Amino acid sequence: MNSPENNKKEHQDKVLNEVSNSEYKYGFVTDIESESIEKGLNEDVIRLISAKKKEPGWLLEYRLDAYRKWKAMKSPTWAHLNIPPIDYQDIVYYSAPKKKKAEYESLDEVDPELLDTFNKLGIPLGEQKALAGVAVDAVFDSVSVKTTFQDTLEEKGIIFCSFSEAVQNHPELVRKHLSSVVPVDDNYFAALNSAVFSDGSFCYIPKGVRSPVELSTYFRINAANTGQFERTLIVAEDDSYVSYLEGCTAPQRDENQLHAAVVEIVAMKGAEVKYSTVQNWYPGNKEGKGGIYNFVTKRGITKGANSRISWTQVETGSSITWKYPSCILLGDNSSCEFYSVAVTNNHQQADTGTKMIHIGKNTRSTIISKGISAGKSQNSYRGLVKMTRKAENARNFSQCDSLLLGDQCGAHTWPYIKTFNDSSVVEHEATTSRISEDQLFYCQQRGMDEENSIRLIVNGYAKEVLNQLPMEFAVEAQKLLSISLEGSVG
Amino acid sequence: MLQIKDLVVSVEGKTILQGVNLEVSPGEVHAVMGPNGSGKSTLANIIAGKEGYEVVSGSIHYQGKNLLDMDVEDRAREGIFMGFQYPVEIPGVSMNNFMRTAIDEIRKYRGEKPLSAKEFLALMNKKKKLVGLKESLAGRAVNEGFSGGEKKKNEIFQMALLEPVLAILDETDSGLDIDALKIVANGVNALKTKNTSTIVITHYQRLLDYIVPDRVHVLSDGQIIKSGNKELALELEEKGYGWLE
Ligand SMILES: Nc1ncnc2c1ncn2[C@@H]1O[C@H](COP(=O)(O)OP(=O)(O)O)[C@@H](O)[C@H]1O
Ligand SMILES: [Mg+2]
Repeated sequence: MNSPENNKKEHQDKVLNEVSNSEYKYGFVTDIESESIEKGLNEDVIRLISAKKKEPGWLLEYRLDAYRKWKAMKSPTWAHLNIPPIDYQDIVYYSAPKKKKAEYESLDEVDPELLDTFNKLGIPLGEQKALAGVAVDAVFDSVSVKTTFQDTLEEKGIIFCSFSEAVQNHPELVRKHLSSVVPVDDNYFAALNSAVFSDGSFCYIPKGVRSPVELSTYFRINAANTGQFERTLIVAEDDSYVSYLEGCTAPQRDENQLHAAVVEIVAMKGAEVKYSTVQNWYPGNKEGKGGIYNFVTKRGITKGANSRISWTQVETGSSITWKYPSCILLGDNSSCEFYSVAVTNNHQQADTGTKMIHIGKNTRSTIISKGISAGKSQNSYRGLVKMTRKAENARNFSQCDSLLLGDQCGAHTWPYIKTFNDSSVVEHEATTSRISEDQLFYCQQRGMDEENSIRLIVNGYAKEVLNQLPMEFAVEAQKLLSISLEGSVG
Repeated sequence: MLQIKDLVVSVEGKTILQGVNLEVSPGEVHAVMGPNGSGKSTLANIIAGKEGYEVVSGSIHYQGKNLLDMDVEDRAREGIFMGFQYPVEIPGVSMNNFMRTAIDEIRKYRGEKPLSAKEFLALMNKKKKLVGLKESLAGRAVNEGFSGGEKKKNEIFQMALLEPVLAILDETDSGLDIDALKIVANGVNALKTKNTSTIVITHYQRLLDYIVPDRVHVLSDGQIIKSGNKELALELEEKGYGWLE
């Protein structure tokens, strides 16, 4: 019984079990008065949401149309996910922190509890303390709380505001681009979002303008039994540039909560949009109880020639992730990159990847996906590369790596390739590896403990992706990777 | 410094070390020689604390402590360094980051302040010169794409940075040309003090032209079959290992 092999196994089990000690540090609940509507979903609820937001008639019609389409659709079953049935009548579709006025004019009017919440999350909303070089839009439950750096942006003609404000102040822009990339009935969750979305961010970069700051939206779910359905729309006119960041957390709760967002990006001729996500929704506890269902549709279109979109995502949270940031490469010579690190631990499940639809000539896409699985989790990469008939000389390169920690987790890769012309080239590489005993021993022999050794090795493995993130977020993401994997080794 | 008594070690039920005795005092350099498969790396690994070996009987004491009770990282923090026969690649982790992490942890263990970025870089530069390591290597990932010689030099570089009390160099000389060999030897000699000890595991006598051992031991089939002074190495070179059996 006392053979070295058994000792080793015991030791690994012990370390694996220590996973339970890794705390989700954003799990607190903010005690704040909020205004919620009754649970449940029907046309009246949609009318109520629309009325609360004083929306124009066309938008209500858009929502109702989406709702009717959604009712006729079915939840997707093709992903490698075990999704318990969701009772859509048991969800609150609108919840907002109570405020005296419709709009905050200064920070003094914002509930101190709320400001405190964002402070605790490391997102100071006061202009003096605001993150250097980053304009933040903070969305709490269903509404946008505060957008920083407005003056700097206005000078350049950049519009960066909550989606609701955009509907009021720039209805023509919203109407023109909303669902121009993701049709309302694109998929089940996108249709649901289109029907009930509450808020989100809107971002418009005029022709020839390079945004002087990073634009960032921070999403926080607070209220119980509430779904979060935010809508983000980014439009970059000719020869403009913007780097956009998205972060998210939620309290620790025993019930699962649904997050079904839609993000659309439009890049016109010569424009460049970098979209980075650090997704850290509550992942559930070690037994797999609670956690966010993260069912998100993100898609961009390189509409004009020579435009470029890049998606970078670090996915560490959520109990279930269903997410495929994609790109329609329409403009000639346009390009898209997808960089992803997806970490799953305990009972988390992730089915994530991308779709690259090449239509324009000489279009280029790159896919770098790094999956890291630990505990009893399941981690899948699913990607589609499609070269249409017109996409002459288009190219794709895909690299999909999986790293396994422990022997109870699963890693899967599903690359789909469809080519309809002879001149395009698709290259796909995939590897699966484990952290080797030799690597661990090497680090430990140099004085590092097991945790730090794993941290170092995993961060090294994910480096290609982390390098794509803006500096301060890269540091944050590295920490997050370590926390997510605390105690897991094999 | 190091006392190994009647050490019997097995792997997967197979006995590899069959009663090894070895005593190393501060300031000494010991050479362990022996044919392939005689158990040299096993001995080094067991001192460093690698998992997967079973100590059937015997003991190892280091600075008065029972070494076999200590974790790998604590042995390292207490000053034990192993130069690997086959250094491991760690993709994506720069040498700078790797050594910074190692040095920080060791300093923390010893209750010392972490080095500032400036101090760390100065230390790196000083030690790079000492072992003649190419400037660019420190920015690259640990051992990734390093030539065989560069990997071995990199081991000595790490040793120079960590300034161990007891260094065990497992065939650091194999695969090196004569120039690289001299650099490695110079590094070892430069780091030698009256309080530190080195165990040089080698296949060939030629390294011992540059690192002069106080004692030479011949390991064969898991036992030290002969010990002597530096002349023993020369004798081995001439006659091979056969005459001892
Ligand atoms: N992990 C292992 N599993 C099985 N056999 C091993 C293992 N490690 C070493 N051995 C065996 O132990 C013997 C000694 O190996 P080693 O210590 O590497 O010798 P040396 O370094 O002197 O060449 C060899 O026969 C080798 O095959
Ligand atoms: Mg060996």
